[in-house]
Amino acid sequence: MDDVTPFLVLSAILFSIGCVGVLTRRNAIVVFMCVELMLNASNLALVAFAKHHGNLEGQVAAFFVMVVAAAEVVVGLAIIMTIFRSRRSASVDDASLLKY
Amino acid sequence: MTLSSSTLLTSAAEGGHHSVPVVEAMSPDGVFSLLWLVIALPLAGAVVLLVGGRLTDRWGHWLGTATVTGSFVLSVVMFVQLLGRDDAERQIGQHLWDWFAVGDFQVGMDLLYDPLSALFLLLITGVSALIHLYSVGYMEHDPRRRRFFGYLNLFVAAMLMLVLAADYVGVFLGWEGVGLASYLLIGFWQHKPSAAAAAKKAFVINRVGDIGMSLAIMLMFVTFGTTAFAGVSAAAGDATESTMTAIGLLLLLGACGKSAQVPLQAWLLDAMEGPTPVSALIHAATMVTAGVYLVTRSNFVFENAPVAQTAVVVVACVTLLWGAVIGCAKDDIKKVLAGSTMSQIGYMMLAAGLGPAGYAFAIFHLVTHGFFKANMFLGAGSVMHGTGDDVNMRHYGALRKAMPVTFLTFAMGYLAIIGFPGFSGFWSKDKIIEAAVAENYLVGAAALLGAGVTAFYMTRLMLMTFFTKERWEPEVHPHESPKVMTVPLVVLAALSVLGGVLLLGDWVTTWLTPVVGEVEHHELPVPVIVLTGIVVVVVALGVGLAVLLVGRREVPREAPQDVSFVTRAARSDLYGDAINDGLVVRPGGVLVRGLVATDARGVDGVVEGGAGLVGALSSVLRRTQNGYVRTYALSVLGGAVILVLAMVAVTW
Repeated sequence: MDDVTPFLVLSAILFSIGCVGVLTRRNAIVVFMCVELMLNASNLALVAFAKHHGNLEGQVAAFFVMVVAAAEVVVGLAIIMTIFRSRRSASVDDASLLKY
Repeated sequence: MTLSSSTLLTSAAEGGHHSVPVVEAMSPDGVFSLLWLVIALPLAGAVVLLVGGRLTDRWGHWLGTATVTGSFVLSVVMFVQLLGRDDAERQIGQHLWDWFAVGDFQVGMDLLYDPLSALFLLLITGVSALIHLYSVGYMEHDPRRRRFFGYLNLFVAAMLMLVLAADYVGVFLGWEGVGLASYLLIGFWQHKPSAAAAAKKAFVINRVGDIGMSLAIMLMFVTFGTTAFAGVSAAAGDATESTMTAIGLLLLLGACGKSAQVPLQAWLLDAMEGPTPVSALIHAATMVTAGVYLVTRSNFVFENAPVAQTAVVVVACVTLLWGAVIGCAKDDIKKVLAGSTMSQIGYMMLAAGLGPAGYAFAIFHLVTHGFFKANMFLGAGSVMHGTGDDVNMRHYGALRKAMPVTFLTFAMGYLAIIGFPGFSGFWSKDKIIEAAVAENYLVGAAALLGAGVTAFYMTRLMLMTFFTKERWEPEVHPHESPKVMTVPLVVLAALSVLGGVLLLGDWVTTWLTPVVGEVEHHELPVPVIVLTGIVVVVVALGVGLAVLLVGRREVPREAPQDVSFVTRAARSDLYGDAINDGLVVRPGGVLVRGLVATDARGVDGVVEGGAGLVGALSSVLRRTQNGYVRTYALSVLGGAVILVLAMVAVTW
């Protein structure tokens, strides 16, 4: 049983940074990168727990997250590109037409 | 109901102190198997005339008259057959088909022909046939005459159903049919708003009575499990007195509606808006007598419910004076006759309320009244026909020269109704007063007073119409009516005179014994001949008073307005409408308006307020959808945090 606390602390720090970034930044690319940061923070936590428990389930879950993240990146970047083309802006606050 | 072929006519004495005849009919044979045809003929006439439409316009009125005449002929044949039978074999039942069956409750389409319905059959079909004949002339210039005859036939069919049914449900069928037909006939001149309103009024007030009738039938079903006369009459003695009283009072309510007895009397006077033959039909021979028929037929109920019997007597006394007082002040010839009908029906109800001492006399008076009242209504119609449809007696005067046949026939009816010795009304009314005096002095006094007032207003009507000075407009030329109208008048006048022969040798009471039981003779305080003398004197006083007050004075063409309170009250039907208005209509209106307000403000308010509240809340919540991605992200984060906290809280 290795002590995985530092990994978990790092994971928490990374997740928090990503979280704050998503909530505060306006540039869509940066928000997107922050989302990736959060995903990878959770990947880190999963791998750490896998190590802690001595089985592979956490690693498998981490692979799943990566695959999903890759797919999401494809779609997300495509959306950001389209919005940028039509609006000449990558600010997430500008794209706020869908509201009350 | 199953009709047993047994001919026993037993008396059930258990429970009640009177012996009440039980209805137990034997199966029909010979001419009696055609009993159903009596109803079917006029019904078929009505269907042909109402469905056939304009195709039947040319001969429709004759078809209508023929069907009723056919029923009359059949009634006479059956009556003669019935005369030839023994007392015990005079109840004939015909089972047509099973009407409906619910569990143990079975109602068959059964007819009952017994001495009571035999008399009614003769009266209804006979008088109706004459009225149909008269209507051929009276309605000659009406473009809707064919439809009028269709309605008349429907009316007769319903009335025959009413008196022939052997089951209260069957009676109810006729009862409602009569109500419908009277609505159609009273409102026949529907282009007149007053006629339409009168028809509606008659219908609505009758509905009040019908509620009583239907509740009585339901109560019978609950109590006895059957509504057939046979079953109810056999079991009537076993039920508790309070149940019988309730049934009796409810039946009385029904009778009050149809027979225009106080407090449901208000429709009768307005019903004069219909054509005059209708007035004669409804108010002489048929509809208003239904209540008397019901009470007499239900003798097995009333004999076991003394309280209900007393109620019948009280209602009858009030009505007989009420109608008579109204008759004194009216100037409309038909309304005087309507008031007198109310009053005379009151006499019949009075007799029916006296129990076995009076049932037979109630029916006797009903028959004689059917003759002389039909005679006078048709006479009034003839007068109106001759004076250009004027109904105001103040515009008549001295018509006896212009219309001798109408005058003479009317005079026969007049002498009969006031009870001139020898005429039919004398015999029948005298018997009722006798029975009333024997029962109770107060009731007797009311009946006696009623006889005097009747003499007064009828004499006033005679004088104002046929005697005194001519008061008609110069352009009115009174003339005698055609033969088709005067012939029925002559026949009815003859019957008015001779109706009293029914009493010869106590025939009518013996005849009705199987239905209503033996006549009980009470001791009179004075010899019968003295009482008869008193009645005649009271009648003579009434006539004399009328001669003094009306005959010896100038009758003004316009009704004087500076009259006593009593006259004013009588002119407005003793405030019958005002009482209904104040007691029922206006409180009902207030109640309905209150309910509408409660519905609009209360119920609708809660529903609409709730919807408004949700809407307002939504428009506040809506603001949270502001379109900024980070807001949504924050709410997702918040949700995740809450989820994590919840999991932590649970695991710890």
